[in-house]
Amino acid sequence: MIIIHHIGAYFLMLQKVFKRFVKWSVLKELIIKDIDALIIGSIGIVAFISFFVGGVVAIQTALNLTNPFLPQYLIGFATRQSVILEFAPTFISIIMAGKVGSFITSSLGTMRVTEQIEALKVMGINTYNYLIFPKIVAMFFYPFVIVISMFLGIIGGYFASIYGGFCNSADFIQGIQLDFIPFHIGYAFLKTIIFSFILATVPSYHGYFLKGGALEVGKASTTSFVWTSVLIIIANYLTTQLLLT
Amino acid sequence: MIVVENLYKSFDGVNVLNDISTTFEKGKTNLIIGQSGSGKTVLLKSILGLFNIDKGNIYFGNQSIQNINNKERSILRQEMGMVFQGSALFDSMSVEENIMFPMRMLTKNSFEEMQSRANQVIKRVNLINVNNKLPSEISGGMQKRVAIARAIVMNPKYLFCDEPNSGLDPNTSTIIDNLIQEITQEFQITTVINTHDMNSVMEIGEKIIFLQNGKKEWEGNNKEVFKTENEAVGGFIYSSNLFKKVREVYLRDNA
Repeated sequence: MIIIHHIGAYFLMLQKVFKRFVKWSVLKELIIKDIDALIIGSIGIVAFISFFVGGVVAIQTALNLTNPFLPQYLIGFATRQSVILEFAPTFISIIMAGKVGSFITSSLGTMRVTEQIEALKVMGINTYNYLIFPKIVAMFFYPFVIVISMFLGIIGGYFASIYGGFCNSADFIQGIQLDFIPFHIGYAFLKTIIFSFILATVPSYHGYFLKGGALEVGKASTTSFVWTSVLIIIANYLTTQLLLT
Repeated sequence: MIVVENLYKSFDGVNVLNDISTTFEKGKTNLIIGQSGSGKTVLLKSILGLFNIDKGNIYFGNQSIQNINNKERSILRQEMGMVFQGSALFDSMSVEENIMFPMRMLTKNSFEEMQSRANQVIKRVNLINVNNKLPSEISGGMQKRVAIARAIVMNPKYLFCDEPNSGLDPNTSTIIDNLIQEITQEFQITTVINTHDMNSVMEIGEKIIFLQNGKKEWEGNNKEVFKTENEAVGGFIYSSNLFKKVREVYLRDNA
């Protein structure tokens, strides 16, 4: 029953986010601030993880190609497929659920605990629109982060393969061009947009409706990470089932 | 003037406010007092519209908040100012930005007009050289003054204060109490203060409502509170020896 209550409250919150808009000049400023905090602020960690995980994918693939009849270009092929289809959109989103999700939950939760949300309400401001809408808009720039992740993941695989002596440059490049299906990029971005909406709204829900004090802010951040990750995994399964089968 | 009529409010089946009826008068500091858990904050937040009430009515002037549409409610909200217990200043904004915030959100004034008005109220609450400081860089007493400045910047008709001097030293508490009373009289605001600070009761209690277990137990002012025979009020206000002595001296001098 509690879960039904939360689902209902989440959708009611979404409804209120898109009603009674606050002034555009204020929203614009908030959107820019959120793009900086949520998107620009995440590029560093995403770039670092993507580069090295791309390298690990390439090394793991190379180490498992024990049959001499299997061509070396499969390393590039497997790296591209893994990075574009799953690693960049899905696993980076799980990491972002930890980084961005916790940030959103704790910042809104702290505003709740310190009565800043009540202060906004007393002024007659639609707090849902003022606090959550800019985050949703900012997260629509999230696919740019995923493009960087895809690029650096493949570059990481390239460097690991070449400098690790697993294959030569021409083989790796042949592999990443092999049987390329442009729709896979569309599929990855469609998933990313769905994940970006989850990443903006689920942590906002946990922060906005927080009850209690500082300890509860910590608990809510953890709960928010768990539920955001669960929803991303479920959404990933459903989009894959619908678009690729 | 704010009129509360037969107000009921419950949470999860537990009655928190039972049949509260009272009037908060214009140009006066109206105090709601009572022990922790007596329903003071719930009453204040119900009047503000932060809680939906179960039964009863609340009138701001002649306007019942139960029967107004969203647009009228929005206009009414612009006539209200609130000072929260912990000040509730926006941590990422400077003092000046905090004070200008309601004007930015609710008016079409130019930046210069907003800044000039913000400086007026900053001066009124006796703050200097704090415009560009963050709330975390100023003292608790200064934060309370900033919160008061933000609450009055839109020239409200109604000012609500939730324990405005909690966590402040006695001297700063008195300064904040006097400031609220001066502003109330100067701008003829209907001020409602939720407190359990007995100094405030004695100093600025032009109208006092005592709540106990969600019911209005007593109503009067800071003169009548010395003479009341009500045991619950007596037990609450004169629980310390100091205030017992103060009462004795007052009664002796005014016999």
